[in-house]
Amino acid sequence: MSGLRTLLYKEVLRFWKVGFQTVAAPVMTALLYLLIFSHVLDGEVQVNSVRYAAFLIPGLVMMSVLQNAFANTSSSLIQSKVMGSVVFILLPPITYVEFYFAYVGAAMLRGLMVGAGVLAATAWFAPLTFVAPVWILVFAIIGGGIMGSLGMIAGIWADKFDQLSGFQNFLIMPLTMLSGVFYSIHSLPPFWQRLSHFNPVFYMIDGFRYGFFGVSDAAPAVSLAVVAASFIVVALTTLAMLRSGYKLRY
Amino acid sequence: MGVAVSIEQVVKCFGSLRALDGVSLEIAEGEFFGLLGPNGAGKTTLISCLAGLVRPDQGKLSVMGCDVRGDYRAARRQLGVVPQELVFDPFFSVRETLRIQSGYFGIRHNDDWIDEILHNLDLTSKANVNMRRLSGGMKRRVLVAQALVHKPPVIVLDEPTAGVDVELRQGLWQFVQRLNREGHTVILTTHYLEEAETLCGRIAMLKQGRVVALDTTSNLLARFAGHTLNVRLANDACLPPALRARATQSDGYSIFRLAGFDEIEPLLAAIRVAGCTIDDLRLTQADLEDVFVGVMQGVKVSEVVQ
Repeated sequence: MSGLRTLLYKEVLRFWKVGFQTVAAPVMTALLYLLIFSHVLDGEVQVNSVRYAAFLIPGLVMMSVLQNAFANTSSSLIQSKVMGSVVFILLPPITYVEFYFAYVGAAMLRGLMVGAGVLAATAWFAPLTFVAPVWILVFAIIGGGIMGSLGMIAGIWADKFDQLSGFQNFLIMPLTMLSGVFYSIHSLPPFWQRLSHFNPVFYMIDGFRYGFFGVSDAAPAVSLAVVAASFIVVALTTLAMLRSGYKLRY
Repeated sequence: MGVAVSIEQVVKCFGSLRALDGVSLEIAEGEFFGLLGPNGAGKTTLISCLAGLVRPDQGKLSVMGCDVRGDYRAARRQLGVVPQELVFDPFFSVRETLRIQSGYFGIRHNDDWIDEILHNLDLTSKANVNMRRLSGGMKRRVLVAQALVHKPPVIVLDEPTAGVDVELRQGLWQFVQRLNREGHTVILTTHYLEEAETLCGRIAMLKQGRVVALDTTSNLLARFAGHTLNVRLANDACLPPALRARATQSDGYSIFRLAGFDEIEPLLAAIRVAGCTIDDLRLTQADLEDVFVGVMQGVKVSEVVQ
C-alpha cells in the first residue's frame, strides 16, 4: 500500500506545485464563460424553469471537474514518458492496481478542487439550490474517475504531445462541450437530442445538475446507471492496459 | 556464495531485430561484474529485462532467487538500477525525489540513509535544490542516489560515467567499490574500458545480442592479449630484416608480441648478435581495449536474423 500512497502523494504534489496553472487558471476560465454567457442569455432564457445563469453554473463546475481530471493523468503520464522519468515508477515494486488508483485518485482530487473553486467563484452570480447534495458529490467523484481513467488511456497511448492534443481536442472537448453544459438537450432538434443520449458526458452533467435543482433531462437513476457503467468499462480497460504493460513495458 | 543474478537463454526481439539472442549469465553475490560491448550489442536491453522494463520473449531471469516476472515485487526490491539516460522529474527537489523514491519501495522514514547517500555523493549542499537547477553531473549523482534508496543487494549501473567529470567519476567509483566491499553485487556497463579493467572482477562481452566472451578480467587479459616487448635502438639504428618482419613499428619503437616470457631472452640475444644497442626497453601488458578489439573482430556472429 505504501507504493500507492507515495505515488498518490507525488501526483498531488506535482499539480499542487504548479497550482496557479492547474487549479487557479481553470477557475478563471470557467468564470469568464459564466460572465459572457450569462450576460448574453440571462433574463432571456430559462431552462426547466431555472434562470439561465443558475442553470449554467453546475454545468461549468462539472465540465471543470471532468476536463481537469483528464488533464491531470494525461499530462503527467505523457510528460514522464517524454522526459523518461517514467522509469522511476516502473522500477519499484508498484502493482498495476496501485498505479491505477494513485493516478486516478490524484486526478479526482484535482477535478474536485477545481470544481469547488469554480463553484465558490460563480455561486455569487445566481441563486443556487442544493436539492440532493449526495448526488452532486457522487456524480462529481465518478465523473472525475471516468475522465481520470480516460486521461490515463490517452497518456499511455500517446507517444507525443501532438497525439495527446488530438485525443483531447477531437474527442474529450466535443464530448464535454456538446453534453448539455450550456443548454438543455430538449432545446435541440430531435436528431441531435437522440445523438446526445449516446454521449456518456451528457449523463454526468445532467445527473450532477439534478443534485442542484431536482430537475433533469434524463431520469437521475438512469444517469447514475450509465455513469457507473461507463466508469466500470473505462476502469477495466485502463487496468487491462496497465496489466499488459502496453507502451510502458516493452 | 549464492547466485545474485541468473539469466537463462534470454531472447528478445524488436520487430526483425534480435536484440538478445539466447543470453545466459550467472553472477554470484558480491561480484563486481562488467558488461561490455559496442553500441547496440544488447547491454541495455539485458539490463532492462532484469529490471522488468522490457519483457523477454523467451528465457528466465531472477535476482537473488526472485523471478523477475513471477515474483516481480520481490525481484525489484533486490535491484537498484541507474539508468543510462539522464532523466529527472522537474517538479521536485533532490530530497523530495529521494523521499518519494523511498516511498515507492515501502520505506517511509528513510532520512538517515538519504543523508548518508547525499553525503557520499557530495550532494548534501544540493538537497533542497530543484532538480531542474542541477548540472548534468549532479543529476547523474541523484540518479545513483535514487537507485540506492532501498539498499538493494544488487546494483546495476548502466554507463554511469558517460559525460561525467573526472572528480565525480573517482568519487562515484570509491563509493560503489565501498558498497561492493560491504557485500553489494555490482553490475556495470561502460564504454570506458579502463574502468572495467580496474573495477570488474569478471567481464562478459556482448555482440549482436550474444555473449562472445565471459571470464575473469585477468584471464581475459592473459588469454587474448599477452605481453609486448617494445624496443628502441640507439642512434636510430635499424633492426636486421629478419627481426624487423616480426615487429610492428610505432613512435620509434619496434613492438614484438610475445606468446610467453621465454621469448624475451632469444629476442634480446638476436638484437645483440645483430650489433644493435638498445636505447630503451619496455615490457607492457595489453589492456582490455586490445582484448575488446580482438574479441569483437575475431568473433563471427551470423548476420542479424531476418
